[in-house]
Amino acid sequence: MTPFLPAFSRRALGLALIVQAAQGGMARVPAGTYVPLYGTEPGSSVSVAAFRLDRTPVSRRAYLSFVSANAGWQRGRVRAVFADAAYLSDWPAPLDAGGADALGRPVTTVSWFAARAFCEAQGKRLPTIDEWEYAAAASEQKRDATRDRAFRRRILDIYSARSANPNPDPKAGFRNVYGIEQMHSAVWEWTEDFNSILVSDDSRQAGGTSRHTDFRAVCAAGAIGASDPENYPAFMRYAFRAALNGRSSVRSLGFRCAANA
Amino acid sequence: MLSADLLKGSPRLLTGVAAAAFCVSLAGCNVAGNAASNDDVAIRVPPEVSGEEVATLTSPPNVPPAITRTAPTKVIVNLEIIEKKMKLADGVEYPMWTFGGTVPGSFIRVREGDQVEMHLKNSSTSTMPHNIDLHAVTGQGGGAAASLTIPGGEAVFSFAALNPGLYAYHCATSPVPMHLANGMYGLILVEPKGGLPKMDREFYVMQSEFYTKGKYGDKGLQMLDMDKGIDEKPTYIVFNGSVGALTGDGALKAKVGERVRMFVGNGGPNLISSFHVIGEIFDTVYGEGGSSTMEHNVQTTLIPAGGSAIVEFALEKPGNFILVDHALFRAFNKGALGILNVTGDDNLKVLNPIKSGTSLPKK
Repeated sequence: MTPFLPAFSRRALGLALIVQAAQGGMARVPAGTYVPLYGTEPGSSVSVAAFRLDRTPVSRRAYLSFVSANAGWQRGRVRAVFADAAYLSDWPAPLDAGGADALGRPVTTVSWFAARAFCEAQGKRLPTIDEWEYAAAASEQKRDATRDRAFRRRILDIYSARSANPNPDPKAGFRNVYGIEQMHSAVWEWTEDFNSILVSDDSRQAGGTSRHTDFRAVCAAGAIGASDPENYPAFMRYAFRAALNGRSSVRSLGFRCAANA
Repeated sequence: MLSADLLKGSPRLLTGVAAAAFCVSLAGCNVAGNAASNDDVAIRVPPEVSGEEVATLTSPPNVPPAITRTAPTKVIVNLEIIEKKMKLADGVEYPMWTFGGTVPGSFIRVREGDQVEMHLKNSSTSTMPHNIDLHAVTGQGGGAAASLTIPGGEAVFSFAALNPGLYAYHCATSPVPMHLANGMYGLILVEPKGGLPKMDREFYVMQSEFYTKGKYGDKGLQMLDMDKGIDEKPTYIVFNGSVGALTGDGALKAKVGERVRMFVGNGGPNLISSFHVIGEIFDTVYGEGGSSTMEHNVQTTLIPAGGSAIVEFALEKPGNFILVDHALFRAFNKGALGILNVTGDDNLKVLNPIKSGTSLPKK
């Protein structure tokens, strides 16, 4: 593991800056490194440049505004190549995202194309898998809590509870050290490069798969080459991404936007 | 079956000209010279199929009716994956991931040579992608790679049922042990061409483990304890998905004079089962679920994780015959217990309680 913060004083300063930056709905995530579940070499770390990330998932309310202004992304009007038949199917009507409670919930059943278009309309973009995983490794206190057994257990419990309760309280999660909320509690989230089919050849390895969508993510040999075979929450996320294509619209899948720092 | 049995037995004893002459008389035998027959390990060619039917699936402990067809056909299997809270024990619930809404999943029955078209749906209320690895499938991932499907999606793939036998199936989506620990396994029977001998009753029993945060019997909604799973220390070891699934109203029922077949699987994900029925002797065991390797007069049969056995026995006595994993702490303290309730006329020659030893004799 690469240590993130060499000294206590710098750490305190860093946290102060992080909290300060958590404004305008986005939090600043400083540059650093993390160890992805599947690296180019098992256990190798990846550098992530500083970036900004929405503090909360995009809400139905925000998405309703978007489709109101962009008719081409309304249910029933969206082109089939951009979203499958489930797109926004949990809304009462194409311009009705439900009552006050529903409007405050993360928007789901949106395709990757739609999520991308939303972020672009805000002058933002989707986070990469590296950015998302790097930010999601943080607990309330630590920037990298992935090796913390209690933290890992807690995330697994949150994920497991979803199948017992299809409408989890999105507020039930926690605010991490960057001031980012609900990365684990409410929904799975889209990333820019979720699927090697949709990214440049640069990120591919021999055999045509990127390290993020390697066959190991879906097969029984899943632990081979993984940096941490006990990180079940990460396996779940990688498997989820591997099952998606750009049109997929899933009830438990939403998104948040990112921007360069 | 007849020619197969012959090839397994006597030809190995034959040599030289005798073996060659024997082989010439059997269609498909390509043994030359004095080599023993190798037809048990054969390249299997999917036969042409005619017709089409939709498979009848059953929930445990029920088994679909025997196949009466004498030719292979195309069989459509519609299976839906459903995640839902289910009973694990009295007062204990667990968020199960299921094939067909039950743990273990729906029983699938096809015939050797059938072309099976699997339609695997994942309910839109699911939170995870899932897929299926059928041990009856020859090819990449047992179908897993071809069947990964998102919530709300449906994957379709077809396969030839090349080898007869009783096979486990399970979800193979990462992290795989978690999907099994949450209930994603079941059995598929590929009946041999000639069918299985007729029995009066057939049952579907599958052993598996659950790893919960709380201790055995702790009430309420219990969650997966990953650490217990990695340590292979289950909280529950059960037949058919919950403590008591095969006792009380759930007890299996049969009558004296009947012959019973149990299709027994072990979903694991970790432990091997020492399957035993207290007070019965298995007249026949199809070891590890194969279609022809038989053992007779077996007391306890091993069932590996991700494996199966077919056991058959005739019922000579009435009573409650207890199904256990004979690693008996599992039966006594973790739930691995079921009942076969047999009614009918007694036969004291089979077992006769002559005198109890619970009180001292008079002097």
